[in-house]
Amino acid sequence: MTMHDWLTDDAPASRFQASAGQAWAITRAFGRNPLAVLGAVIIGALVFVSIFAPWLAPYSPVGQNLGARLLPPSSEYWLGTDELGRDIYSRILYGARITLLIVVMVALISAPLGLIIGAVAGYFGGWVDRTLMALTDVFLSLPKLIMALAFVAALGAGLQNAIIAIAVTAWPAYARIARAETLTFRNAEFIAAVRLQGASHLRVIAVHVVPLCLSSTIIRVTLDMAGIILTAAGLGFLGLGAQPPLPEWGAMISRGRSFILDQWWVATMPGFAIIIVSLGFCFLGDGLRDVLDPKQRDGR
Amino acid sequence: MTTSSSETAPEIRHRAQDLALGIGRFVAVTALTFLGLLAITFFIGRVVPIDPVVAVVGDRASQEVYEATRQALGLDRPLAVQFLIYVRDVLSGDFGTSLTTGRPVIEDLARFFPATVEMATAGILIGVLLGVPMGVIAAARAGSWLDQLIRVLGLLGYSVPAFWMGLVGLAVFYAGLGWVAGPGRIDIFYDGLVPPVTGLLTVDAIIAGDWAILGNAISHLVLPASILGFFSLAYIARMTRSFMLDQLSQEFVTTARVKGVSERAVIWKHAFYPIRVQLVTVIGLSYAVLLEGSVMVEIVFSWPGIGNYLTTALLRADMAAVLGATILIGTVFIVINRLSDLLYRVFDPRSR
Repeated sequence: MTMHDWLTDDAPASRFQASAGQAWAITRAFGRNPLAVLGAVIIGALVFVSIFAPWLAPYSPVGQNLGARLLPPSSEYWLGTDELGRDIYSRILYGARITLLIVVMVALISAPLGLIIGAVAGYFGGWVDRTLMALTDVFLSLPKLIMALAFVAALGAGLQNAIIAIAVTAWPAYARIARAETLTFRNAEFIAAVRLQGASHLRVIAVHVVPLCLSSTIIRVTLDMAGIILTAAGLGFLGLGAQPPLPEWGAMISRGRSFILDQWWVATMPGFAIIIVSLGFCFLGDGLRDVLDPKQRDGR
Repeated sequence: MTTSSSETAPEIRHRAQDLALGIGRFVAVTALTFLGLLAITFFIGRVVPIDPVVAVVGDRASQEVYEATRQALGLDRPLAVQFLIYVRDVLSGDFGTSLTTGRPVIEDLARFFPATVEMATAGILIGVLLGVPMGVIAAARAGSWLDQLIRVLGLLGYSVPAFWMGLVGLAVFYAGLGWVAGPGRIDIFYDGLVPPVTGLLTVDAIIAGDWAILGNAISHLVLPASILGFFSLAYIARMTRSFMLDQLSQEFVTTARVKGVSERAVIWKHAFYPIRVQLVTVIGLSYAVLLEGSVMVEIVFSWPGIGNYLTTALLRADMAAVLGATILIGTVFIVINRLSDLLYRVFDPRSR
C-alpha cells in the first residue's frame, strides 16, 4: 500500500489515519485554489519577515541619519528614506512584527470570547440565550471604528489599548457564528449521550461544543483580519495606536502626510505593505472557506 | 397589502394582532439597542477613565470648577442612578460642553453634521450607480475576465486603507493632474457666500442659484466622495452579484429563456426585479458603514464634518465631544440598521 492509498482509504483503520486522510484532502483542495495559495504565501512571508527582521533589514528601523533625509528610492535605500533619514524598507520589515502582534492578540482575545458566549447561548437556550444575544446584537449594531476610537480615547493612546479596543468591538460576529453552529447540534444524540454519562455542562461545552464551532470561527477570523489591520492602521494614522519611534505602518503613513506632494514615497510605501497583507488574509480566508465550509460558497 | 374579501373577521383581527406585536417588538428592540449604545458611552465616559471629572473638564480646571462638575455629574451617587440621569440628559439633548470649542456639544454636532451627510450621500450615489450594474454584469458573465476583475476590485475595497487612498488621490488628481480642487469644502474666497439653508453646500448653492459656487463645491466634493464610493461599491457589487446568481439559477429564469425572451430582458426584468428589496437593505447598510468610514477620509481632506470634529476632540481628550459624536454616529447607524430590517420584513413576504 502506497502512502497515497493509505491517505485516501475509504475505511481508515485508526483515528490517526482518518485525520491524516482528512488533512490530506483539505490540503489538496486548498492547493487547487491559486488565490488561496497566494494568500497563504503572503501570510507565510509576513510571519517569516517578522521573525527574521533583524537579519533581513539593511538598516536599523529607528536609527536616524540626518544626512540622508527624504531620499527617493535607490539601490542604496530601496524604498527611500523618511524625514529623519531612516530607511523605509527596514522600517516596513520591522513594522510587520507590530502588525502580526496586533492581529494575533486581537484574534486571541476576541475569538475565544465570542466562541464561549455563542456556545453558552446556543447550548443553554432560553433566557441565557436571549440575554447574551441581545448583548451581542447591541454590539453588532454599533459602528466598530467609532467605538474603537471612543475606547482608545478613554483608555489612552498606545499599542496595548488599541488592541483592547479593537478586540472589544470584534467579538460579536464570532458569538453569532458559534451560536448558530451550536444550535444545529445541541439536540444531537451524541450530546445527550455525553450528558447521560455524567458529563457536566462545562465539560460538554468545552470538550464537545466548542471544537465543533472552531472551523467556522477560524474562517470568519481570517476574513476579518483585513478589517482589523485597517482599523489598527487607522488608529496608528490618528496617533492613537503604536507610538513613535515604533515603525507601525499607519503611523508611518501619517508622518509622510506632510511630504505627500514632493516626497510621495514616505506615505505611499507603507500603504502598499498594508494592502498586500490585507489582501493576503482575504485570499486565505476565501480559500479556507471554500475548503472547510463548502455550503457558504459564493457568499463573497 | 390588500385584504381579500374571503377573509373572515377573526382572521383579520389575528393579522392586526400580529402587526401590533411586530411593531411593538420593533420599537422595543430599537429602544434596547439605543440604550445599549448609551450604556457603552456611559461606561467609556465614567467608568474607564481613572478620574471622570478630569476627563470632562480637563486637567487645567480650577478646584471650584472641578468640585462643581463632580457635583453636576452626581459622582457621589450609585452608578445606576448616575446612568439614569445620563440617559435623561442625552434624551433632552444635553451632551455637555466641548472643551475645544467652548460651545454645547449638541450645537457643534448640528454645525458639523451636514458636511458629513453631504459627502456620504455623494459617496453612496457613486457606489450605487457603479456598484449595482457592475454586480449584475459580473453575475451575467460569471467566470469571465470581467467577473474576475470586479471580484479583485471588490477585495481591494476590503484591503486598502481609506486614508491612504485619500492621500494618494490628492497627490495624483489634485497636485499631479489638477483635475480636482484640494482639501476643504470650498475655496476660501467663496466661503460663507451662500446663505445656509440645508447646510449641504451643493444644495444651498443651487437654491441661491450661484453656479460658480456650485461648481467649486463639486470640484472639492468629487474626490473624497469617489473614494468613499469605492468602498461601498466593493460591497454593493459583491452582494448584487451574489443575489443575481441566485435568481439566474431559478427555474422561472430558465422558463423565460426557453420562451425566447431576450437576454437583456431576462437579466433586468426577470432576475433583477425580485432582488430590489434585498438591494435596498444592502444599500442602507453600506450607507451606515460609509458614514462611519467618512471619519478617516474627512481627516485627510480637512473636511469640516463630524469625523474631523471627533478626531480633533480625541487628540485634546475632550470626552464630552468625543462621546457626543459617538452617540450621533451610533444613533444614525442604529436607525439605518433598523429601518433596513423593517423594510425587508415589510416587502419580502418570505421573511415573515
